Amino acid sequence: MPEPITRDEVAHLARLARLECTDAELDTFAGQLEVILGSVARVAEVVADDIPPTSHSVPLTNVFREDVVRPSLDRDEVLAAAPAAEDGRFEVPRMLDEAP
Amino acid sequence: MADLTTLTAAETASAIAAREVSAVEVTQAHLDRIAAVDGDVHAFLHVDAEGALEAAARVDAGEISGPLAGVPLALKDVLAQRGVPTTCGSKILEGWRPPYDATVVTRLREAGVVILGKTNMDEFAMGSSTENSAYGPSHNPWDLSRIPGGSSGGSAAAVAAYEAPLAIGTDTGGSIRQPAAVCGLVGVKPTYGGVSRYGLVAFSSSLDQAGPLARTVLDAALLHAAIAGHDPMDSTSIDAPVPDVVGACASRDLTGVTVGVVRELGGEGYEAGVEAAFHASVEVLTALGADVVEVSCPHFPYALPAYYLIAPSECSSNLARFDAMRFGLRVQVGDAGAEEVMATTREQGFGPEVKRRIILGTYALSSGYYDAYYGQAQKVRTLITRDFDAAFETVDVLVSPTTPGVAFPIGEKADDPMAMYLSDIASIPSNLAGNASMSLPCGLAGGLPVGLQIIAPPLADDRLYRVGAALEAALDERRGATLLASAPSLTARP
Repeated sequence: MPEPITRDEVAHLARLARLECTDAELDTFAGQLEVILGSVARVAEVVADDIPPTSHSVPLTNVFREDVVRPSLDRDEVLAAAPAAEDGRFEVPRMLDEAP
Repeated sequence: MADLTTLTAAETASAIAAREVSAVEVTQAHLDRIAAVDGDVHAFLHVDAEGALEAAARVDAGEISGPLAGVPLALKDVLAQRGVPTTCGSKILEGWRPPYDATVVTRLREAGVVILGKTNMDEFAMGSSTENSAYGPSHNPWDLSRIPGGSSGGSAAAVAAYEAPLAIGTDTGGSIRQPAAVCGLVGVKPTYGGVSRYGLVAFSSSLDQAGPLARTVLDAALLHAAIAGHDPMDSTSIDAPVPDVVGACASRDLTGVTVGVVRELGGEGYEAGVEAAFHASVEVLTALGADVVEVSCPHFPYALPAYYLIAPSECSSNLARFDAMRFGLRVQVGDAGAEEVMATTREQGFGPEVKRRIILGTYALSSGYYDAYYGQAQKVRTLITRDFDAAFETVDVLVSPTTPGVAFPIGEKADDPMAMYLSDIASIPSNLAGNASMSLPCGLAGGLPVGLQIIAPPLADDRLYRVGAALEAALDERRGATLLASAPSLTARP
C-alpha cells in the first residue's frame, strides 16, 4: 500500500501541472486526496500479472484517412478568440529568460 | 393547440410537418418558458434566441424536413457551437466563441433541430450535481432546493422544466444517466464510439460519450438516431451501421428477452425507496414476458476506484491544453513569462474539483506510482469488461438502479468529494467497458424520481430501447400518466 500523500507532495504535483495553489487549497487538497487515494488503492486487491490492461474499450489502431486538401479554420476567426494576437499570429508571453 | 412546451419531440415534429403549428411558434413558446422559469431553475448559461428563431424559420421555409425538424433542443455547454459562447462551466473559457461546430451540432443543424442555448454543467463535466459549475448550480424542477444531477444537470433540468423537449448531455461516468434518473427523464449513453466526440471538449477521452436526454424513450431514440454514426473527424468513432433504435421503440412485449439483475448494483449503500421502486419495475418486466434472472459481476465493486484513477489521469493530460496561449483566459501579471502566466491563469480559471483531479491524475501517472495506480486501474478495466462479456453470454440486457439515491439537497455533499463520487457507483461500469446504457424513470421515492438502468452490449443500443419502450408503456399505463406529470408546475407560485 502506497504511503499517505503529504502537503509538500501536493505542492510539487501542482507545480508539475503548472497549477498555482494557495496555502489553504494545499491544506484542503492534501486531506481530501489522502481519503481518495486510500479508496482507489483498492484496485490492487484484484489484479494479477496475467491480466492485460485495457486503455480503450474500442480496439482500434492507426486509423487513417485519405490525404486530401480540406478547408482549415478561418485564421481571423481563430485569432479573434485568442487572448492576444499581432500581425496575424498568436502573441504569447515571453518564453525565454524565465524569472528564476 | 395545447401548450406547445408540453408536447413530446415526436408530437412537435408531426405538428410542424402537418403545418398545424410553425417551428417559429414552437421555438418562441420555449423561449417564453425559459424566460418564465429559468430564473429559478438556472438550466441555461446562454440562450441564443436569435440563432434559434433563424433555425426555426429555415424549417418553416421548407429548407429542412425530417423526424426532428423544428424541434427545440438544449445543448450541454461542453460541445463547441460556432460563434456561440462555450464555457464548459469554467471561468477559463468565459467568453470563448468556438470557430467551428462539433459534429453533434452539425448533425443537429442538418436534422433541422433548433438549438435554444447552452446548458449549465459541472466544470469540464466533473461532478454529479452542477455545484462545480463556475456559474452557480442548476436546480431540480421537482424540488428547487435539490440538485438536478450532473454533470449534465442543466440539460436535464431544462427538459424536466419543459424549457426544451430534448437535450444533449455527455456521459463519462454517468453524467447523462444520473441527471436523467434524479430529474425523472430518459437518458442514454450510447456505445462508446457511437456518437462522434469531435468538438466535445475532452475530459476523459476513453470514456466520454455524448447522448440524448428526453421525456420519452421514443424521443430519446429519435435524437440518438440524429446524432449517431461514423465520423472521420473522430478516430475512435465506430464505422458500423447505427442500430435501429427508433424501430425498437415499437416494442410492447418482452417475451423471449432475458434480463439480468446485477447483484453487485444494489443492497448496501442504496436507499430503501430506490430499491423498492427498482424491484417493483423488475416485476413489471416479468409481467411483460421477460425472463428475469440474477447475475453476478464480481469485479464491479472495483469499478469506482478504477474510474477515479483513469478519469483523473486522462483529465490531467487533456486539460494541459488550457495554457493561456491560444484561446481562453490569460492572466498576465507584470512581465511574467509563459510558464508563470500558465500557472496563474490555471489557478484563477479552474475550480477546486478540476484542480483536485488534475493533481490526482498527475500523481497517478507519475513515475513510481504509475504501475500501482494507473496500470492497476487499466487491469481492473479488463476485469469489468470480462464480467460484462460473461453476463451477456446468458442475458440480453442487464438492469440496476441508476443511482444509489434520489436527488440530494444542494450543498449536502459539496465538501465531501468521496460522497459525491458514490453517486455514479452504478453507472461507471458501462463507461469503463464502453457499452450502451440507458436510465428511464421507474417510480418515486419520497416524492422524487428514481431511475432504472438498462445496459446492453456494445453496438446493441437498440436493446435499450426495446426494453425501455415496453417498460415505459407498461409503467405509464399502470400509473395512468407519465411520471413527469406528477412534477410540480414551476409557474404556479403564489
